[in-house]
Amino acid sequence: MADVMAFYGRHEVAILIVILGLVTLATRAGGYLVLARFKRIPAPVQAGLEAVPAAVITTLVLPPALTAGPAEMIAMVVAGFACLRLPPIAVIMLGIGLLVVLRQLGL
Amino acid sequence: MSTEKQNEHAAVSAADKQREEALSGLRDLIPLIFPVAAFGTIFGTASIAAGHSIGMTIWASMAMFAGASQFVFLDVYRLGVPAWSVVLAVFAVNFRHILYSAAVANKIGHFPPLAKLASFFLLTDLQFAVVEKRYENFSGRRPITLTYYFAFGIAGYLLWILATAIGALFGSLIEDPALIGLDFILPIYFLTILMGFRARRNFVPVVLVSAVAAVVVEKTLGAPWHISIGALCGIATAVLLSLSGGGKAATAGEGSANG
Repeated sequence: MADVMAFYGRHEVAILIVILGLVTLATRAGGYLVLARFKRIPAPVQAGLEAVPAAVITTLVLPPALTAGPAEMIAMVVAGFACLRLPPIAVIMLGIGLLVVLRQLGL
Repeated sequence: MSTEKQNEHAAVSAADKQREEALSGLRDLIPLIFPVAAFGTIFGTASIAAGHSIGMTIWASMAMFAGASQFVFLDVYRLGVPAWSVVLAVFAVNFRHILYSAAVANKIGHFPPLAKLASFFLLTDLQFAVVEKRYENFSGRRPITLTYYFAFGIAGYLLWILATAIGALFGSLIEDPALIGLDFILPIYFLTILMGFRARRNFVPVVLVSAVAAVVVEKTLGAPWHISIGALCGIATAVLLSLSGGGKAATAGEGSANG
């Protein structure tokens, strides 16, 4: 606890947080500002942009699923198949419920 | 008289439409209330555990409104490293938002400048996901309205701050988030979003390439670079497939002008 304050004072932390907020805002506006230079979007760029959500979200999903352990991996695979039939909130509850059970079993 | 009536009718239906858009925005937040509240609460708890005050914890959620980078902030800051490296780590984790903002640019291009700035502040993973999904549901025939965007965004923002405050206040209440699986909500949530995109073209090759690249980079360069580099590999795959697909179409058309 005290070690945090050893490096930074209270005001410095508050200012650091503001800077991090501005960095976040810059990344969130950056793609638009860059893209606004194009008048017409070429087909390959369009295809690339269409791929953005799946590509980014894959990188958020995969590493935790593969590295966390067998219980997490099983829960993710089952949840993945459940997505074909169930709405998102049901999949989340099923996945978390299954994970808790698997962890209790010692996986 | 009749014009007056018509104007009145137009005004009523415009107001109805506004309300409908606002309700759609709030409705789309409903399935996300639990994960958002859970993660906001966990952030609040973790921040107190890291030695920050309640006020500073809430300030972080107000100023950043970015779950993953707030956790990176806690983690990196705890190491007592120079401020610039905290900034760089948060930038790396947030790099994906450049891709988000490029993707939503044509959907919110009609917003006025100041509203656009505010909408970028609110452009979280979840905001991005619901905008993409709504656009997909209506096949682009229905524009993303200011009312829809901000109804979802502001409600989510307030929920995030409220959850952070609750987490900070009752910081010691959740002793072990893993015990009730709270630590794994986000991957499963992202998985449901990912599967929602499975009808898009190039879905399978993009996911496979991104997945392999992300795992390789995580093992070599380490987090958070696997997010940016992994995603760029998947996007490059879609671009290359489009380039080779374009060639194929030209061949099939035999001499037709290139598109």
